[in-house]
Amino acid sequence: MDIRRYIIPRLIQFFIVIFIGITITFIVPRITPIDPVEAVINRIMQYGVYMDASSIEQMRATLVDLYGLSGSVIEQYGRYLLRLVSGDLGPSLSMFPTPVTEIIYNALPWTLGLLLTSMMISWVIGNILGGVSGYFSEKKWSKAISMVATTVYPIPYYIMGLIMIILFVYLIPLFPMSGGFSIGLTPSFSLGFIASLLKHAFLPALSLITIGCGWWFLSMKALSSTTKSEDFVQYAEASGIPRHKILFGYVIKNSMLPQVTQLALQIGGVFNGALVTEYLFSYPGLGQVLYIAITNGDFNLIMGISIFSVVAIALAALVVDLIYPLIDPRVRYS
Amino acid sequence: MKKIERDSIKKSLVTFKDVMKHYRGFAFGIVFILITLFLAILSFFSPYDPRIWNAVPKDLSPSLTYLLGTNTVGQDVFWLLTFATRNSLILGFVTATVAMVIGTVVGLVSGYKGKVTDKVLMSINDSFLVLPSLPILILIASFMGARLNMVAMGLILSLFSWPWSGRQVRSMVLSLREREFTYMAEFSGMSMFKIVFSEYLPFIIPLIFANFINTILWALGMEITLSIFGLSSLEIPTIGTMIYWGMQYQAMFRGIWWWIASPVVFSVLLFVSLFLVSSGINTFLDPRTRLQRLRTIGREHEERKEVRPE
Repeated sequence: MDIRRYIIPRLIQFFIVIFIGITITFIVPRITPIDPVEAVINRIMQYGVYMDASSIEQMRATLVDLYGLSGSVIEQYGRYLLRLVSGDLGPSLSMFPTPVTEIIYNALPWTLGLLLTSMMISWVIGNILGGVSGYFSEKKWSKAISMVATTVYPIPYYIMGLIMIILFVYLIPLFPMSGGFSIGLTPSFSLGFIASLLKHAFLPALSLITIGCGWWFLSMKALSSTTKSEDFVQYAEASGIPRHKILFGYVIKNSMLPQVTQLALQIGGVFNGALVTEYLFSYPGLGQVLYIAITNGDFNLIMGISIFSVVAIALAALVVDLIYPLIDPRVRYS
Repeated sequence: MKKIERDSIKKSLVTFKDVMKHYRGFAFGIVFILITLFLAILSFFSPYDPRIWNAVPKDLSPSLTYLLGTNTVGQDVFWLLTFATRNSLILGFVTATVAMVIGTVVGLVSGYKGKVTDKVLMSINDSFLVLPSLPILILIASFMGARLNMVAMGLILSLFSWPWSGRQVRSMVLSLREREFTYMAEFSGMSMFKIVFSEYLPFIIPLIFANFINTILWALGMEITLSIFGLSSLEIPTIGTMIYWGMQYQAMFRGIWWWIASPVVFSVLLFVSLFLVSSGINTFLDPRTRLQRLRTIGREHEERKEVRPE
């Protein structure tokens, strides 16, 4: 068995995820009772945009491919895919004629920054705490942390964000409630701007990290308390290897591997959480854009964000899967 | 045969009591879920129609007459909460039931059949697991608009919640497949359908139940999320729409905290309870911890009387 037998199924999986996601977005506008093309064109007219006849026709062609009903279903699907492959998601309706891709591109750094930072932090903290706590599972403090994690993990992201706001904005006013940075500042690499950036990102990140930590903690604890009773750990203990070495070198290291695979499966859920959290804190990422799109009935933007997220999340999961052999010697050498 | 069955039922009753005793969280969860069900039933006896505004004086803080106060549109928060509980539970049950059926069938077939069937089903399963459900749900909800009632929403949510149970049921079946009785059944000519549904299902039922509760948990969270984005029928009282209207009327910053705090505190307790119950079932299912538990129970017996071999 070589590395290809590991990679090829993952690549296939990647395309299946994208295929299913894209197909759902293809089907949805087609089974709803409204005619999306006319609804969209009416919507643009409502915003008082002036368009000459030829640009209306061009616009209609794009929309017909995106939502359209001309030709057989297979033909429609083919054109839809072609349109997506060329990266054309059409224009936004509420911010006409800005292309959807441009709006996503502008919001993306915020979402990525928030998502990746909080995911990394919670993964590391949750796994280390969970590993230690699983190894010393009989200790009082270990049980106490488990109790906190059990209480925190099942809370939905939105409610967690609300709790953070109640605690740190309303009761103890430490942090600003909304926005990405203070009004009046211009983005730059100055100390003041970065400080303002961090201060605004703190609460959204904290609520994502709290829930994330809860999840990684609980699953790591379960894994490491299983690893603890494996023969090689018992043997290491019997041969007198220092406990911290057993803990980090044997127990945590071995339980970490399934957690990497879990990371690939969890990305979608964490991304959902980031969207909700961004909206609650009016953080200028994709979640906020999505909300604006919903309130303005901007079907194109919602559709664009859905398609984009499907591809992005599938890609992220693939990257995690491809990193896996680098850290698991069993896949590399077998 | 009958006797063994009765014995195993007896044993499982004893063990349920043990779970209640040894795992306090489980007991707490069960009690709170019962309270929740009671609230949902109580909604049928509400003195007010939840759709009517100004049924009671506005913005009153909690008192004996109005247990959880009243809100800005003149609704009694306590009675509103009972309706919200009922609707949110209906949504949870619809989602969890559909997801349970799909997930269990996929898991059973995939685990038992193996080979190509397994690969195909599991790659579909994993795809739904990876897909970012929220943007797609928002897309669906925004095209459907206000036509989404609780049942329709439950059906749509179940589209994204079956793969968890699918995966778990499959891995359970994989381990059952290697047991003696599977070969016995196969050699004696039982059909796949019969083996899977009459031999495996009883083993998997607790797992299915744990997943069922987890799916309810997930569906309630999703409902809150979609309502917050203004995407469900906002005139139907649910936990999500209660929070939505509270936020719309700036309840928190106007000091009408009970309007927001009631659904938030209630839902946090409900989420934690559901999670405690499902993880209680799971912990109990795990053969390792089950063995540990039996050992501790055995030790307790030892202290009191002689241990009789089984």
